Amino acid sequence: MNASNFVEGVDFSMYLILSISVFFLVGITVVMIYFLFRYSKKNNPVATNIPHNTYLEIVWTVIPTILVLIMFWYGWTGYRPMLTAPDDAMEIDAIGQMWKWTFKYPDGKTVDSLVIPLDKPVKLNLISKDVLHSLFIPAFRVKQDVVPGKDYMMWFTGQKLGTYDILCAEYCGQLHSYMLSTVSVVEQDDFDSWLVSSPDTSNEHVGLTLLKNNACLSCHTRDGSRLVGPSFKDLIGRNETIIKDGEKLDIVVDKQYIINKIKNPKISGVDGYQSGLMTSYEDILSDEDIDNIIEYISTLK
Amino acid sequence: MTDSSMSQPSYLNIKKGLFSWIFTLDHKRIGLLYLYSVGAFFLVGAALGVLMRLELLNPGGDLIEAQTYNQVFTLHGVIMIFLFIIPSIPAVFGNFFLPIMLGTDDVAFPRLNLMSWWLYVIGALFALSTLVFGDGPADTGWTFYAPYSVKTGTNVSMSVLAAFILGFSSILTGLNFIVTIHRLRAPGMGFNQMPLFSWALYATSWIQLLATPIIGITLLMIVAERMLGIGLFDPSIGGDPILYQHLFWIYSHPAVYIMALPAMGIVSEIIPTFAQRTIFGYKAIAYSSMAIAFVGYFVWGHHMFTSGMSGPAAYIFSILTFFVAIPTSIKVFNWLATMYKGSISIEVPLLYAVGFIFNFLIGGLTGLVNGALAADVHLHDTYFVVGHFHYVMFGGTGFAFFGALHYWFPKIWGKMYNKLVANVAFAIIFIGFNTLYFPMLILGIMGMPRRYYDYLPEFHSLNQISTYGSWILVSGLLLMIYNLIRGYFNGTKTTDNPWNGITLEWQTKSPPPLHNFDKAPELVKGGPYNYPNAIDGSH
Repeated sequence: MNASNFVEGVDFSMYLILSISVFFLVGITVVMIYFLFRYSKKNNPVATNIPHNTYLEIVWTVIPTILVLIMFWYGWTGYRPMLTAPDDAMEIDAIGQMWKWTFKYPDGKTVDSLVIPLDKPVKLNLISKDVLHSLFIPAFRVKQDVVPGKDYMMWFTGQKLGTYDILCAEYCGQLHSYMLSTVSVVEQDDFDSWLVSSPDTSNEHVGLTLLKNNACLSCHTRDGSRLVGPSFKDLIGRNETIIKDGEKLDIVVDKQYIINKIKNPKISGVDGYQSGLMTSYEDILSDEDIDNIIEYISTLK
Repeated sequence: MTDSSMSQPSYLNIKKGLFSWIFTLDHKRIGLLYLYSVGAFFLVGAALGVLMRLELLNPGGDLIEAQTYNQVFTLHGVIMIFLFIIPSIPAVFGNFFLPIMLGTDDVAFPRLNLMSWWLYVIGALFALSTLVFGDGPADTGWTFYAPYSVKTGTNVSMSVLAAFILGFSSILTGLNFIVTIHRLRAPGMGFNQMPLFSWALYATSWIQLLATPIIGITLLMIVAERMLGIGLFDPSIGGDPILYQHLFWIYSHPAVYIMALPAMGIVSEIIPTFAQRTIFGYKAIAYSSMAIAFVGYFVWGHHMFTSGMSGPAAYIFSILTFFVAIPTSIKVFNWLATMYKGSISIEVPLLYAVGFIFNFLIGGLTGLVNGALAADVHLHDTYFVVGHFHYVMFGGTGFAFFGALHYWFPKIWGKMYNKLVANVAFAIIFIGFNTLYFPMLILGIMGMPRRYYDYLPEFHSLNQISTYGSWILVSGLLLMIYNLIRGYFNGTKTTDNPWNGITLEWQTKSPPPLHNFDKAPELVKGGPYNYPNAIDGSH
């Protein structure tokens, strides 16, 4: 059994064209090398001017035309079913942002790797919070760009139990190659019990959960190491040099600074870091959320 | 020089000094100015490519940082596309040989021609200035896709302005060639008596003239978006990122034919000369260049099959893409048929032409896989596309460029390089090239996305092979360049026509005089490739 319902159509069109290609590549190369020796100056001292041959030219126009029409046809028939999801498909929101995938189930369950039931069509509503991404599952032979401002979707049916890679295929900046996740295909029963189980966040600070779910940790570490943005460790009370309106200012980071930067990251940049990449979380995080985040950050020492 | 006292001095000797070169109006000297400039940028681009391959030798970031890597592949792309491959064959060999092959003394607008080169230099300076000014070179990829190109803090504005200026250089060269071909052909030379290289340049020039303005305005829109926040492409201020992709590819797909068609023209020159017989299917080759240029305008959507395209748009773009394959395959069969019953000398330029056909076949055939909708969903934005593109551009156009360099070297400088070393260099380049790029095709089928700084462990061994290939390729390139430079300084003097060619450039001296011909060239009766010593097979 194939990993998804699209493997057969995609692989057939791919390997059909590759086979025809190998045939022509080998054939033309062999004939070319044969001619180079058979009609070398030594073997054929006097050349013959053959300006054209109508019969041959018709043959090598018509045959490629037929072949490419066949290639087109299987490309189209393998692709067409991807355009329309079945009505009974289970809908999941797939959210891409720099540089993390998040999956949100209809009941609100939010996870960073996808789990789907076996043999059930799944429709992903693709949402980008910032720039272009592309959700690519090589084993399923599916890929769809995730475009901010567009309501795109992709769908597939997992047909084989297992865990498969999810990759970001559209370049999205510094950590593009680390924007990875997985999809696990599980039995329906296992899926049902997984869906109702709550993730083990009972011991986790609510601020940390918020940082995880909003991709904050893709850029800001908790251990002082450098990533895309400054680390959260020892953040409050730290001396930083910021760049505001083209001028450098030395500031001490306080609670209000963090609130301002979460709500409007573009007001200033931090010296030594690329600015302009972070999006505003004003409409995403409530004041209470931000308080929780700051409370958690202040424990990172 | 051994010139008789009756004739003019060669274009190389008529004046000396730097200013006699950088302000020259002679199309041959402008061609060489381009050769040295695009050659220098090719080496820079290649060095950046080797750096990327080194980083990818092993998984994990071990050589440069992710951000640096992203800037490196962007700069590699910008340099190779805008500073090397688009100007390469037209601006170097087109400038040098188009007027000579048409039997005239210069292009139609020599001053405009010089201005093209200066615009090229200014554009190049803009591109390089991002290394020094602003917040570093762009990290967007050479495609400058919005909205990332609008958001990133790197110096995107300067990079796209560079491409904008380089666009004008390209437009002016195209304009110049179109007028030259229409107005300055030797008396008696109809369009169907032109060498096929001129036909290829003619088709290319129309694309340069008509398509380049679109990328120009699109790139200005990126600058406006970044500086004024107009809301053209960035959805957070009301724009549409897909609009950018359409505008970008409306130019950049035809631009692929700006890069490929002149290479096909070169191969159409080299093969008849070394087979010593007429080209098979002259009109088919000439008109298929025009057909490719024309159809090439209508296929840009195949870069966007996963960008959320409607079903009808997808299949129309797919089927039109497949139509490009037909004139392309006709050309390949014609080249093959030109070898049939030839009297073939296997010299270095012919080896590059044969290498071109092999690599270009792989490039073209893998293009068919990408043109098929279902297969493209899997392969789009993977290393398969990177491999495909390099097979067409480097294995195709790059090889044709090297072939042209070896073919016309004795005409340009009147000297000959060491042929044995040139053969060895070709073999190393051919092996290195295929070792470097073939694994990418397999990596793509396995699902490795492009523009990846780091990769999953299952992609390791093929990435290693690819990196080893880059070392082989580079040693071949260095040997080739060393051999050519040595030929330039110490090469043996050649005759005016070392390959026994019959297109008009072989009737004049090597190197040619300032005005190209001491006496008016004689057109070959029965078409430009009608070899007088071959048996007539036209029955």
